[in-house]
Amino acid sequence: MRTHSRTSRRLAGLVAVVALGAGPVAGCAEDPAEPSGSAAYDGGTSGGGGGGTTLTVGVFGAFGLKEAGLYDEYMKLNKDVVVRQTSIERNENYYPQLLTHLGSGSGLADIQAVEVNNIAEITATQADKLMDLGRTEGVRKDSFLPWKWSQATTPGGKTVGLGTDIGPQGICYRRDLFAKAGLPTDRTAVGKLWAGDWRKYLAAGKRYKARAPRGTVFVDSAAGVMAAITGGHEKRFYDADGKVVYKTNPAVRGAWDTAAEFARTGLTGRLQQFTPAWDQGFANATFATVSCPAWMLGYIQDKAGEAGRGKWDVAAAPRPSNWGGSFLTVPETGRNKAAAARLAAWLTAPEQQAKLFEKRGSFPSARAAYDLPAVSGARHAYFGNAPMGRIFADAAQGVPVQIVGPKDLVIAQNLADIGMLQVDQKGRSSRQGWDAAVKAIDNALDR
Amino acid sequence: MAGVAGDATTAAPSGWQEGAAALPGAGYGDGEDRRREDRRRKDRDREDRARERRGRWHRWDTRWSPYAFVAPFFLFFAVFGLFPLLYTGWASLHRVELTSPDDMEWVGLHNFSRLLTDSFFWNALRNTVTIGLLSTVPQLLIALGVAHLLNHRLRGSTFFRVAVLTPYATSVAAATLVFVLLFGRDHGMINWGLGLAGLGAVDWQNGTWTSQLAVSTIVVWRWTGYNALIYLAAMRAVPDELYESAELDGASRLQQFRHVTLPSLRPTILFTCVVSTIGATQLFGEPLLFSGGAGATGGSDHQFQTLGLYLYEQGWVNLHLGRASAIAWAMFLILLIIGAVNRLITRRLRRSS
Repeated sequence: MRTHSRTSRRLAGLVAVVALGAGPVAGCAEDPAEPSGSAAYDGGTSGGGGGGTTLTVGVFGAFGLKEAGLYDEYMKLNKDVVVRQTSIERNENYYPQLLTHLGSGSGLADIQAVEVNNIAEITATQADKLMDLGRTEGVRKDSFLPWKWSQATTPGGKTVGLGTDIGPQGICYRRDLFAKAGLPTDRTAVGKLWAGDWRKYLAAGKRYKARAPRGTVFVDSAAGVMAAITGGHEKRFYDADGKVVYKTNPAVRGAWDTAAEFARTGLTGRLQQFTPAWDQGFANATFATVSCPAWMLGYIQDKAGEAGRGKWDVAAAPRPSNWGGSFLTVPETGRNKAAAARLAAWLTAPEQQAKLFEKRGSFPSARAAYDLPAVSGARHAYFGNAPMGRIFADAAQGVPVQIVGPKDLVIAQNLADIGMLQVDQKGRSSRQGWDAAVKAIDNALDR
Repeated sequence: MAGVAGDATTAAPSGWQEGAAALPGAGYGDGEDRRREDRRRKDRDREDRARERRGRWHRWDTRWSPYAFVAPFFLFFAVFGLFPLLYTGWASLHRVELTSPDDMEWVGLHNFSRLLTDSFFWNALRNTVTIGLLSTVPQLLIALGVAHLLNHRLRGSTFFRVAVLTPYATSVAAATLVFVLLFGRDHGMINWGLGLAGLGAVDWQNGTWTSQLAVSTIVVWRWTGYNALIYLAAMRAVPDELYESAELDGASRLQQFRHVTLPSLRPTILFTCVVSTIGATQLFGEPLLFSGGAGATGGSDHQFQTLGLYLYEQGWVNLHLGRASAIAWAMFLILLIIGAVNRLITRRLRRSS
């Protein structure tokens, strides 16, 4: 579920094209699937007969369901079902294709994943082509976070998508660089350094800069800071009536100004997230912090490699904030709709979400999973054995019910990749960057 | 085929009948002769008719077979070329979104008229022209030079010929990824080299000219060998006598190239110009991937967003199919204009020579 709102789309398609398999595939296969969590679904209903049903799951990026061994486990529980996955590396390519296929009613997988920034558009425009999963047997509304559930539910009460993960954020930081810069290194102390206010994070950045180790900066990118701050507000780009309000929303402007100050005072590495240069930044340890949703931990581990083991750690973010998350939908045209809905319900059940978190770091959207030991007791060995389960669960519970709008992705993209990037990389003024972003967004929203 | 088979079956029984009739009726006078004569005439008639049938088949064959042979192309063209072209034109006259492609609202020429005031469109057009020039001109010049070198007797010439074609065989994605790393700001090899030479690092991706130069480099690298082989093929067709007499006249290699090779290659050069121009107008993969997978904006300032990229952004990121279709047709019209200009030049050149 690596759902990165922006991530997905950029998760360097080309990197994937070339380096297929070189990346995060390692190290999941050896775990035998434990049948413990799946009591709700007694598998052997139809015995191990021949024939059977093949279910396809269409995902983007390294979604994690397969990597966490969930398909294998389901197939073991249901001998008559074969689960296959098709994956498109970038959501930017995946999503238009999904829309085209929904439009023509063909070429669809039995289950299709949808990224959180697209879910509002999907719910608003494609609901009649998707099954109402709220009525699937075994799906319990109250096991999901209420805001996650409502994001994929139409005003008429049809739930077209079941939440997989969410992206509560922490701040990942390099302990070794913090020590050299004279900042605290203990994760509780680091969290206290900026607790409650993103401006304190900025202040910490200035302290870091004063004694920064050669060739390093405090944070990777201004756009990353902006995304982290806006992710903590209930109202971002749309208001509750579905009107575009980002231009006048003080929450967005506040995030913008703070992020622009990071750029202006030279605290950023002037990188663009999810590009090869950003990956090299991890590998060469050129920045000390990055705001990291739970799903990014695996990415950092992949990019920073063995050299970074034990040097990275994760602390609480200044304020609770969410970035990314996904849903599973079942198209009406599928040949095995009922079986697909059962699989989607099983994959998003709290027990499975907990397993996904354990293996892949995708944080559950099922509140019921937070009390399972797999989540509450989770530690991340690569990140200095940080109690990531507790850190992200705390963050998740502080995240407000966020209003998502149909064009969230386009607005977020242009704010980051046009506006803030100009401020960060081209040294434009905050005003110029903002105007450029607004112009691009106006053009993009105009049909 | 069917006609030939029919002849064979009719011919066999007639021969047998003849033989069978001839046995008992041998030497029985005029009546017999007349009957034989009669039968022969009938046979001849039948043969004539068969020949005529064969001829008709032949005429039909020569007349329609070529159409049958080219039909698959036209069928495919109609399905995958003409229909999309026309449908795109139809869609460009509507407001239509990818979220519901069937829901079309007629807006007339609105999508086109707005392009006239769309600064992103003009920016993309300008970028397409500059990147096109930056890539096409050096590409063809280098290709000519390479072809000229390959035209000489070289040891392992096949190796070199294959070698110049390898970039063309490489996938755009793979090649561009490597170039993105080479042109990296912080850890790129080119900046490292510049540093060794005592020069400052260049932010290749962020500058307007630097980014366009970098994108052009990828294009040049990929297509030079391809054009070189086309030139080489044309050079092979230049009669040796021309070179021999030039050599007798004491012309140097360079003079031979200028006064023999170039004039003979003129039609080929024009051809590659046209093909490269079309390619440059549609430039898409290189600038898309040059941003390191960061999307279709072509840099934070749209500094290397080409028309193809802008089309993609409108259609597949912003989901506005109508607007994207209008851009597609605008590109088509631009290509038609380029084609017309090219024809004018060709005609003038032909008249002058």
